[in-house]
Amino acid sequence: MTETQTALAAPARGRIAAPRLARLRDLALVPAIIVIGIVGYLVNPVFLHWDNLVNVLQQQSEISLLVLAEALVLICGRMDLSLESTFGLAPGVAAWLVLAPGITHGVHWLSGAWSIPVTLAVGLVIGWVNGLLIVRFRLNGFIVTLGMLIVLRGLLTGISGGKTFFNLPSSMIYLGNAVWLGLPASIWICLILYAAAIAVTGYTRFGRSLYAVGGNPDAARAAGIRVDRVLWTTLVLASALAALGGLLLTGRLASVAASQGNGAIFTVFAAAVIGGVSLNGGKGTIFGAFTGILLLYMIQNVLTLAGVPAQWIGALNGGIILVALIISRITSGQAQE
Amino acid sequence: MSVPASAAAGPRPVAAAHRIDKRFGVTVALDDVSLTVRDGDVHALVGRNGAGKSTLVSVLTGLVAPDSGSVEFDGRSAPPLADREAWRQRVACVYQKSTVIPSLSVAENLFLNRQGRGLISWGALRRRARELLETWEVDVDVQAPAARLSVEQRQLVEIARALSHGSRFIILDEPTAQLDGQAIERLFDRMRSLRESGVTFLFISHHLDEVYEVCDTVTVMRDARHIMTSPVPELGKADLITAMTGEATGLIDLGADRPTPAAGEERALTVTGLGVPGVFEDVSLSVAPGEIVGLAGAVGSGKMAVGESIVGLRRAGQGTVKIGGVTPRPGSVPAALRVGIGFVPQDRHREGLVPGLSIAENATLTVPERLGRFGFVGSRRRDELGVKAIGDLDIKAAGPEQPVSALSGGNQQKVVMARALANEPKVLVLMQPTAGVDVKAKETLLGTAAAAAVGGAGVLMISDDLDDLRPCDRVIVLFKGAVVAEMAKGWDDNELIAAMEGIGD
Repeated sequence: MTETQTALAAPARGRIAAPRLARLRDLALVPAIIVIGIVGYLVNPVFLHWDNLVNVLQQQSEISLLVLAEALVLICGRMDLSLESTFGLAPGVAAWLVLAPGITHGVHWLSGAWSIPVTLAVGLVIGWVNGLLIVRFRLNGFIVTLGMLIVLRGLLTGISGGKTFFNLPSSMIYLGNAVWLGLPASIWICLILYAAAIAVTGYTRFGRSLYAVGGNPDAARAAGIRVDRVLWTTLVLASALAALGGLLLTGRLASVAASQGNGAIFTVFAAAVIGGVSLNGGKGTIFGAFTGILLLYMIQNVLTLAGVPAQWIGALNGGIILVALIISRITSGQAQE
Repeated sequence: MSVPASAAAGPRPVAAAHRIDKRFGVTVALDDVSLTVRDGDVHALVGRNGAGKSTLVSVLTGLVAPDSGSVEFDGRSAPPLADREAWRQRVACVYQKSTVIPSLSVAENLFLNRQGRGLISWGALRRRARELLETWEVDVDVQAPAARLSVEQRQLVEIARALSHGSRFIILDEPTAQLDGQAIERLFDRMRSLRESGVTFLFISHHLDEVYEVCDTVTVMRDARHIMTSPVPELGKADLITAMTGEATGLIDLGADRPTPAAGEERALTVTGLGVPGVFEDVSLSVAPGEIVGLAGAVGSGKMAVGESIVGLRRAGQGTVKIGGVTPRPGSVPAALRVGIGFVPQDRHREGLVPGLSIAENATLTVPERLGRFGFVGSRRRDELGVKAIGDLDIKAAGPEQPVSALSGGNQQKVVMARALANEPKVLVLMQPTAGVDVKAKETLLGTAAAAAVGGAGVLMISDDLDDLRPCDRVIVLFKGAVVAEMAKGWDDNELIAAMEGIGD
């Protein structure tokens, strides 16, 4: 073996100088968040008040679950546009099944206690169908989920008659309203799920396989990863998270509008990309995605506190997304593909 | 190259394929092919594109089930196809195409999907990776993302990963195609020393020199059949080429019958003081009409950058390029095409072809104005040009409307060549025009280049393949971005290689 070792000591190229930037890139948006904090304070000192910060966190908690779901799908190298419709349809179906016919549409087939399980089940079923079409039948994921987005939105409009479900059972409202240990339950749920997802994607074989599948599916397959199963599981998980997010919003507003989640997917994609998740798959972290959505909501809050008229918020939101993209491009130093 | 003692004592097959048949639809990919790889051998597998080498590799690695026949490892029959782990313990293949995941670290790539139970301990994973790479003397930072590895390092990491699965039989699929001369030598040194420690290789290559340099045994395949297996020292190069092509032809010197270009004529291409900071500097050369000038150099010598600057793929910082007295706008491909440059870019997959488009469309991409007026494209005219290209370059295809993605590598490269010639260029710039193509396609491609020169074009042949450079009237050698030598036709192989590697004067 000694001989072998010496023989093996062939001249190799110099070691790659690898700056440990991988972890720093996760924190790319943290300086931006701090700057917004300072700017917000200068605009209106109320911004940094505890109540206002809790308010921001709660407002973003529902959509942040969509961001979490989309980030997982994006890391796998896929896209799921239908999440925003799932966000509305899942609690919508639950409300429709438990409400008595009357002022709002409803069939009252189930008692109120069923509302949460039904919401989550609808999410799981939608994810399963997405998986069936994309993974099993090999249809194009972008178009499949675009079709699903339209179908699911149409279903919600159909069962609700285009109206808003209200007068919901208490179990449905609980999660979006409850306060646990001084913080709204939805903030806890959001933070716990993010922490769990960070741990899973960073420290488990399943989580790492998402990156492998998104980075190079052939190599992942060659390494013995069941690529199809990973994709399908992720799609199901993502839709379930979207359903849960919808449930939290339903609880906070005590209603399900036919338009719940409509158009949210653009913000969701923007947050994920700003947070460093690549649209080409295999790159980005869950923590980054969280900082992305947090940054967007903090900026919106600052604008509101600055007294910007509501009619202008839409244009500003779009502008903010573009500026945030530019900032994250500069701070991370990497091309966004 | 002596046979190792262990193999001489009792050579048993580390892997064997018996009478394998495989069809894909109507295509016969393997016809009664047998292959026996003895323990401790470096076994070469050669054959032209489409000879069935890749299918045989797929069968040997358990990715494809043969229609009939059997595979054995160490005298025992192969595990079921579904048991990937068992296959990985017996055989591994390092493909030309990377099988690492670029965004993940080297350590994670090494232990992908076997990071251990429960939560991953990154510290322990990195330690294991470091130990593994140290065992096999691979000097790579385990924390670097795999995207940052050079081709050479990537191959070494893949070899180490294969060995860590317990496999002592490694298939190398054209490992030298993307390496420069020194890296190839280092790879061969490593193959020799790994062989000493009991690793068996199946080595696939287009370069017959490499077979003679590093291999003990060679198996030739042709037209989906096994042609011969022979110890390398007992087989002459001419016989090997005959076995591969099925005809008694060697690599003819394609430049021999070309008239020497008249001196003092106006130059087709004049390059003066061309430079891209940090890549190459002060490169001056000229090519006369009818002349073939070689530009040689190792990977990293800047020769490709010179070519790309001439054709407008890259913008040179200094210097000028003149084509027949006209200077095109630097850094603009359309401008270069307009003044009469035709070129074959270095990577046909990236810059050469649009895989989904047909042969005719690809071959005429550069000349839409010849297909019709006012921006409309005449499909009949296009197909005529496609048919002409297929005939001129001997492209094996069903017809001009066949998508190029369905062609073999050599035929794809011929389409790229056809595209380069489509505007009847005054200057033809060829960058690695025969990379990854077989002997026969190489002859056609070089013959076409020579024909273009006879037709009056000035040809700049940028390559480090000696076969490409042989037809050249003279060869300019670039080393680390500077011209270091110019050699007239009839140069000595060793002298040229020494100049390319920066050895000697």
